[in-house]
Amino acid sequence: MDLFDILLSASFWAAAIRIASPLIFATLGELICERAGVLNLGIEGIMVAGAFAGWIAVWAGLPLWGGVAVAMLTGMMLGLVHSILSVPFGLSQHVVGIGLTLLATSLTFYTYRVVLPEVSSPPKITAFQPYEIPLLSDLPLVGPALFSQTPLTYAGFILAALTALVLYRTPLGLAVRAAGENPSAVAAQGLSVTAIRMGAVIVGSGFMSVGGAFLTLSAFDSFFFDMVNGRGWICIALVVFGAWKPGKAVMGAILFAAFDALQIRLQQTGIGAVVPYQVFLMLPYFLSILALVVMSRRAEIPAALMVPFNKGER
Amino acid sequence: MSTENEAQVVLRLQGITKRFGPVTANEEVSFDLHRGEVIALLGENGAGKTTLMNILFGQYTADAGSVELFGQPLPPGAPRAALDAGVGMVHQHFTLADNLSVWENIVLGVDHLSGLSLKPRQVKSRIRALSQQFHLKVDPEAKVGRLTVGERQRVEILKALYRDAKILILDEPTAVLTPQEAEALFATLREAISTGLSVIFISHKLHEVMAISHRVVVLRHGRLVAERATDDSSREELAALMVGAEVTAPSIETAPPGAPLLALSQVCTPDHGAAPGLKSLNLTLAAGQITGLAGVSGNGQAALSDLLSGLISPTRGEMQLAGEPVKSWSPRNAIAKGIARIPEDRHKTGTIADFDLTENAILETYASRFSRRGWMNWAAARAFTKDLIKTYDVRCPGPDIRIRLLSGGNMQKLILGRVLEEAPQIILANQPVRGLDIGAVNYVHGELAKARDRGAAVLLISEDLDEIMQLSDVIHVISEGRLSPSFARGSMRPEELGAWMAGHGFDAEAPDAA
Amino acid sequence: MRLEPIASPSPARRIVPPALAMAATFLVAALLALIAGGNPFAVFGLILNGAFGSKFALLETLNSATPLIFTGLAIAVAFRAKLWNIGAEAQLYAGAVLTVILGTGALGLPSYLMLPLCALAAMLAGALLLLGPALLKTRLGVDEVVTTLLFNFIFLLFVSYLLEGPLKDPMGMGWPKSARLTSEARLPRIVDGLRLHWGFALALAAALLVWVINTRTTLGYEMRAVGQNAEAAGFAGIPVTRVILKTALLSGGLAGLAGFSEVSGLKGALTLDLSPGFGYTGIVVAMLALLHPLGVVVAALFVAAIFVGADSMSRAVGVPSYIADIMLASALLFMVLAILLTKFRVRRD
Repeated sequence: MDLFDILLSASFWAAAIRIASPLIFATLGELICERAGVLNLGIEGIMVAGAFAGWIAVWAGLPLWGGVAVAMLTGMMLGLVHSILSVPFGLSQHVVGIGLTLLATSLTFYTYRVVLPEVSSPPKITAFQPYEIPLLSDLPLVGPALFSQTPLTYAGFILAALTALVLYRTPLGLAVRAAGENPSAVAAQGLSVTAIRMGAVIVGSGFMSVGGAFLTLSAFDSFFFDMVNGRGWICIALVVFGAWKPGKAVMGAILFAAFDALQIRLQQTGIGAVVPYQVFLMLPYFLSILALVVMSRRAEIPAALMVPFNKGER
Repeated sequence: MSTENEAQVVLRLQGITKRFGPVTANEEVSFDLHRGEVIALLGENGAGKTTLMNILFGQYTADAGSVELFGQPLPPGAPRAALDAGVGMVHQHFTLADNLSVWENIVLGVDHLSGLSLKPRQVKSRIRALSQQFHLKVDPEAKVGRLTVGERQRVEILKALYRDAKILILDEPTAVLTPQEAEALFATLREAISTGLSVIFISHKLHEVMAISHRVVVLRHGRLVAERATDDSSREELAALMVGAEVTAPSIETAPPGAPLLALSQVCTPDHGAAPGLKSLNLTLAAGQITGLAGVSGNGQAALSDLLSGLISPTRGEMQLAGEPVKSWSPRNAIAKGIARIPEDRHKTGTIADFDLTENAILETYASRFSRRGWMNWAAARAFTKDLIKTYDVRCPGPDIRIRLLSGGNMQKLILGRVLEEAPQIILANQPVRGLDIGAVNYVHGELAKARDRGAAVLLISEDLDEIMQLSDVIHVISEGRLSPSFARGSMRPEELGAWMAGHGFDAEAPDAA
Repeated sequence: MRLEPIASPSPARRIVPPALAMAATFLVAALLALIAGGNPFAVFGLILNGAFGSKFALLETLNSATPLIFTGLAIAVAFRAKLWNIGAEAQLYAGAVLTVILGTGALGLPSYLMLPLCALAAMLAGALLLLGPALLKTRLGVDEVVTTLLFNFIFLLFVSYLLEGPLKDPMGMGWPKSARLTSEARLPRIVDGLRLHWGFALALAAALLVWVINTRTTLGYEMRAVGQNAEAAGFAGIPVTRVILKTALLSGGLAGLAGFSEVSGLKGALTLDLSPGFGYTGIVVAMLALLHPLGVVVAALFVAAIFVGADSMSRAVGVPSYIADIMLASALLFMVLAILLTKFRVRRD
């Protein structure tokens, strides 16, 4: 199969959308945090925790959407920890985020070992099955690619649309956008910057953990330790690449996922015999760095990102 | 000026007291505001005016005292309550989000956060109506980041009017306006009063206070020291009440120009977002003279200041120092060539907040004077700082405390001292007395005059036209990156300078295309 | 809620919050031990014993502290200048790779030349690796947190390729491993018969060096100035970009030394699991040390003790050793909050 064949195959694009789905959730989550002015470097750990929490809840007997809910709540609690430290206390968002990633990851692994002490391989669950949307899934190429995905993928796209709607057309979204640009403007209009920023971080973290749960509940059907493997960091690059706009961020996630799907398939082709497989695996990370460099003009960066708001500071 | 409904008290402040640690910002302040009245809240920097208004507006909670609005007590510490009760505040530092449009900034926080729609069309049409009524021309769809300072202030006022403010508080509103824009503002205020609004106007500019207010309330060191009907008072009396003593500003005599120490010819620098670069600028700074640069902020002062500070180089044109063309340019080179820079923002650019006084004092000279081959000489640095503290009257416990603990005035004195000790040829003073109390203001002005008398060339950049006119031997106006011709001391009236500040007169001077 | 700076904190104010932070950390650990069915006191006792209870344990702790001192220093240096170097992991491996390239027999040098050469090469490798993201930051304003992080993944894949290819041990059993270092390229033991190697002494020397740089040199002053307020530093004439790049070279170099020390002093060869996250743990070490180089030594010993002790405890009692990671992450977060509370008062407003 050569490059052209790959790009025209429905299975390629279906894989791309599937790979993009956890990225979409997590990128939206980070976008909401950053729009409000908070960099959330806990994203990697929150995704790990969400992947585990959703999976273990389903293994313990909850239905799949129950698992998703548990994952979301886990993320929101972690987001609460982050927001308490980074917003009212104004601690360094770099340190809080990295500390949270370490904490969430180690708590996850600890809980795993406590709950499943003797397992040699992690138990499997019955994951979300693809649901073919009637009529639409029969369209050529687009059908299998877009409309034969799991319900959780559909939820991701709906969430993206909802996020854009709320962000740009509601008073709440306006307040979030203002909080990340000039929190004094928000305070002067009688709103609480603290509440808005904390709320954004909590909600955003909930999205991130659902992104993690996608890996265990939809993409795969089990949890393993290296599962997230840097996806969280890639989502941070995707937010920048999407210029902090939900629509562009989703596009970026799909583009990135397409490259990822491509490198997996290219390993099977003639190129794969010559180039070491590690090079292919490196490509997604290089791409992310490239995305950051390309977007380094950064006129759209929220002006108050990472700047704590201390009321009445002269 | 007559007031209507004089008996109707819309605002009553009773015994307001507020402390920040050991500092008492307000002490037992009480006064009334009547319907349709304009009160000027007068006092020098640090007198407690902004704190008082922030309490009224709910940003702070008073330690004691009460606020009554239209007869109802105002719950403390709740900006929402103040806004809902009809108080609108136009802050000194504008509270606008640059990435949002005018209408979005105005409607921010008005609807409940659970609302489902922003209703842009209704909002915009209401803004247009208010705009018309109050002579506040602004385009609701424009991105705030692209607006001029005057336009931004109009948006700030519209924010308050949109929320049906009955009491309008303006904090130093004319600090950033040309005289003509200030007149337009007063027209807006008169319109507002005629519709029944009341206004509190914070200022330290006496001629404006006399022009627009019915009553004056004077604060000094947090206390209300006097209340006067404006018609019954005079500028001299108010000035004395503000300071508590007879005020004499240092008298500056005009000096004839010496040799040109700095010459810019046809200098151009690039624009930086909304801030214009310099456009074919010609400027000469002569020894022994104070050259004042008047202008509304955002007209190229930053570009000129950055240029002389060494932060940027001209893209076209030539810069000469003492007759020699400048080849390579950087802050270090500027310092080496004898340029002393007093930056506009002492907190952001002038000092490092958590460094102690010694570390701040040697910020520019550590490499040339207080180190050898990469090793720091802290003993010499500390001794130098101790001398500096004594010579320049920096009130502090010692050279080892973090500079953030110093008051603005003392910080500025240290900054002044560290550059003046190098016996500079050229002094760039950018808003040198912004935010300082009158004692510090006179000190700084005195030092600049002394430096001038020693033969230095001083470039004074200030938004305060009074300051420029009082101190300068020679005045230029900057507008959109272009420089006016020079005007000798005393040759221009404020309105004439104001016309140049608004951009008039430059067209006749249209520079050559290349 | 408002934060009010305290002019001169009392001695109590300086000690109580950090003490409370450590207490909270232990409380969290005790809770987790309980959840795992262990007795908290027994667990802590076993951790202490596992870290310091015997000569073997003590040496193990000191050995484990060695790479943490290097990476802790690397990060403390970088963070002081507000250069967020999260890539110490890759820089460590870069140092290890150079050590292996030079030290597995390609050069026939006596050890008094070979060891310094490997050390310098390791430092250079680590330094160059951080230079890339640092340049992206200074030239293009690209945030170095994400670039250094992503680079960890990239470089580890590169190491995997090297170990399966060019650097593969010709006598290996197919397990990705490099050839063994020659004896000239091995850092000797400090005392014959004991596991503790000279890398530990080198780490202590590095800490001292960084301390001297910070307090006595112009570079130290410049790094602090740039870290606290780059705009004011630049305005005053400090060459900000050059300072950031020098910081990057120093920081990367220290992390590279960690790799050299581990390969040459401890393991003798390069495998993919050379570092169980020293680059990331270094962040915890640096923050607990408040970015102070001498504090880094103390913090590294503390962190190493917890890891070594928890490993030993876990084998004995069955409480998962991840409790160590949780303790350190909690300690980091609690400490950062505590430090704030030593300098600021919380006011209701």
